[in-house]
Amino acid sequence: MLMDTPDETLASAAADGDRAAFATLVARHYDRIFGLAWRLSGNRSDAEDLAQDICAALPVKLRHWRAEARFTTWLYRVVVNAAHDQRRRQATRSKAAEGWGDWELARQDEIETGREAEAWLHQAMAQLSPELRDTVALVLGEELTQAQAGEVLGVTEGTISWRMSEVKKRLRVIAAREVGQ
Amino acid sequence: MTDDLNDLRAALKSAPASDPEARARALALAMENFDRIQGSADQSRHKEDRPGADTPRRAGFFGGVRQMMNFLTAKPALLATTSAAALVVGLAFVLPLGTIPGIGQGSQEDMRESNLTGEWVTTNPAPAEPAAPAAGAADEPANTAMGTAATPKPAPEAAAKVAADEVPGLNSSVRPASRPENPESQAPVRKATEAAGGDKAEYAADISGDVIVSEAPPLPMNDARLRVSNGIMPAGDMTYLPAPAPSTEDYANAAANPVKVTAEEPVSTFSTDIDTASWSVIRSTLNAGLLPAPEQVRVEEMVNYFPYSYAAPEAGEAFATTVSVMPTPWNPETRLVSIGLQGALPEIANRPALNLVFLVDTSGSMQDMNKLPLLKQSLALMLPELRPEDQVAIVAYAGSAGTVLEPTPAGERDKILNALDGLSAGGSTAGAEGLELAYQLAAKMAGDGEVSRILLATDGDFNVGVSDPEGLEAYVAKKRAGGTYLSVLGFGRGNLDDATMQALAQNGNGTASYIDSLSEARKVLVDQLTGALFPIADDVKVQVEWNPAQVAEYRLIGYETRALAREDFNNDKVDAGEIGAGLQVTAIYEVTAPGSAGLKNDPLRYGEAAAAGDVNSELGFLRLRWKEPGESVSKLKETPITGTEPASDETRFAAAMAGFGQLLQGSVYTGDWGWQEAIDLALASRGSDPYGYRIEAVNLMRLAQSLSK
Repeated sequence: MLMDTPDETLASAAADGDRAAFATLVARHYDRIFGLAWRLSGNRSDAEDLAQDICAALPVKLRHWRAEARFTTWLYRVVVNAAHDQRRRQATRSKAAEGWGDWELARQDEIETGREAEAWLHQAMAQLSPELRDTVALVLGEELTQAQAGEVLGVTEGTISWRMSEVKKRLRVIAAREVGQ
Repeated sequence: MTDDLNDLRAALKSAPASDPEARARALALAMENFDRIQGSADQSRHKEDRPGADTPRRAGFFGGVRQMMNFLTAKPALLATTSAAALVVGLAFVLPLGTIPGIGQGSQEDMRESNLTGEWVTTNPAPAEPAAPAAGAADEPANTAMGTAATPKPAPEAAAKVAADEVPGLNSSVRPASRPENPESQAPVRKATEAAGGDKAEYAADISGDVIVSEAPPLPMNDARLRVSNGIMPAGDMTYLPAPAPSTEDYANAAANPVKVTAEEPVSTFSTDIDTASWSVIRSTLNAGLLPAPEQVRVEEMVNYFPYSYAAPEAGEAFATTVSVMPTPWNPETRLVSIGLQGALPEIANRPALNLVFLVDTSGSMQDMNKLPLLKQSLALMLPELRPEDQVAIVAYAGSAGTVLEPTPAGERDKILNALDGLSAGGSTAGAEGLELAYQLAAKMAGDGEVSRILLATDGDFNVGVSDPEGLEAYVAKKRAGGTYLSVLGFGRGNLDDATMQALAQNGNGTASYIDSLSEARKVLVDQLTGALFPIADDVKVQVEWNPAQVAEYRLIGYETRALAREDFNNDKVDAGEIGAGLQVTAIYEVTAPGSAGLKNDPLRYGEAAAAGDVNSELGFLRLRWKEPGESVSKLKETPITGTEPASDETRFAAAMAGFGQLLQGSVYTGDWGWQEAIDLALASRGSDPYGYRIEAVNLMRLAQSLSK
């Protein structure tokens, strides 16, 4: 029966101290957290660490759950904020640590054959600013509507729409370059 | 708008499956923190196994295992899980082609997962901030692992799902032992869980366990795909099956040294290397049932892993050299010249006081039993070897770096052990910050005539903070000038950044070792405590000038990452390796005489005739440069190589290891000489081998022989 309970009900119950509800909720959403963390960071171990930090912080964070939004929207916001914190921490520690950006700098140019798709993704993501990456991770990766993505990121739908057209422009540049090669 | 974005969408959609182990860990941590802030940790602790509608035996079985794990202490747990892993590997041989990598991974996961349970039992339940990413300290494993399955009134499906979800480790590790269990009975469980919603990926653990059971029914495609969740990004294709571990490992290596023509380049210069990490990596790879990749093999580290009984240096000398010449085992047309350096063993009783700073990586990835828990045990093994006047400090680095233990005399063992016990993994890695803190502490501890060393223990995951490895190396090199040494202890596999480890240890005048078992920890930290921790010679450089009249071609075996320019030999500003007290370093050249059938290059038609003279009978001339620790001016020692130096079991065994290393590299120089010849040579020259290191090598050669067929 817990399986069918909506996220929002579980979250409210968990916030009130219902252990089973909380367990169900995190088990249900861990992969979602990890997936978005991966899309935001581009790096498996960062994503795992991030997901673990979020899970650890979730009991406290749930106290701020007010059932004003869909749980997933709220959760996405938590993940995005945590990823921003992580990026900030990395940025203070190194010149060029920006998750996806790292990929290019660090020794990864010897990407094995069979991983072109991945290489392409990293290359594409590295071309985008952090805001644009957040946006595509949510809109394309998580398949949120532009309105939902705006809600998560705290910007208007129009901003998301503009960002997506920016992304499109950059991708065209990359595509043109690939053809040129 | 979607057309342009389709590629990006597709790429982003194919996020890697979450790692079941990381998932279990995060969920356990979440529950732990939940209980902590609720203050209700006791509430659902006492529960009996609830016989679920369709999983009666399963629940009972896990309950039993859980209880068993609760009573195991860390050490037996390690043993128990090793044998569980062995069991799985054993099964691997009956599986069809292509499953061995998966099994290797399965066994690794089994090991980690069931170890996780052991870890819960052994760590101190130190209270932490609820939101802090400190893991490990679950005060009641039953609670986190199974508690939810026993909540007041869950439906059977819920129980099944939670059981499957929450204890993937037990699930998979236990499977081999539970084979009498009817495999069919698990199908409904899977169905139930999948029907219950959620991504398929979250059942990866369950599925990886299933691999073992599913000998009869063919593996469904997406099961196999999910099983490679350790690989970066499964793209829905069997061809993606990667080797299990090395997904994010990074190795330092260079192409094998080529054959040099003496007339063109008579002088060969390199720095000594007493790292042994490569051998341990090879060993753990072979033991996982895989041949190591050529880039994982550094021949000199394989050779130098083993102790050799070379002649001890005379009193007052920092080290002695032993040169020996023998026919090349793999090529009758050439000879091997091995150069052994034996470091002096200063009187232990008079050794200077030692200041050790343990810089411990406690990032989330260190949670595995073969990482942080093994590290704790290793350091605990080492403590009794220290003197009361020695000092120990501990710095942990994860999300943020912090001093765990202020400098403490080694005599206060309880205090140090408590601090060690309190370490738990969680958060990401702030290596650079931790390193700075460690150097600060080391500087604080330093006294006159004392030796300060930082022991950096990590799984090599410097992914945060060191996207600029060169900056860090430069930093370490700068600190080296201040007299603090840095050694690196590598733990665990899968994340190992061998290249960074190497770079740090080389720049820190230290050693890089890879610790995969307690016995390896013993070798590195206890048996070699003096050597690994007390340098007797810094910046040791070796230069050999070959005599073209006797040696037409030569080839240095290994030391590719240690090559120096000829002019660097006399330049005291150029850094090189150190030699610790009582340690041996061996370098092997394969040399070819003029006119030999083994020459790789044709002689030059217009080459000069070799000059005649007294020295003409010599093979070459060996020059060594080193600095006394703390000195800035080097000393020089010169020895002619006459070609008549006798070989011994020691050098023959070293030659066998060099041959083995080249076989693993797929070298072109070994010809028809193969595994069996390497085994025979190593066995014949085994010597007394009091610690059994050499016979272990022979057994690994046999393993490699089987794996390569």
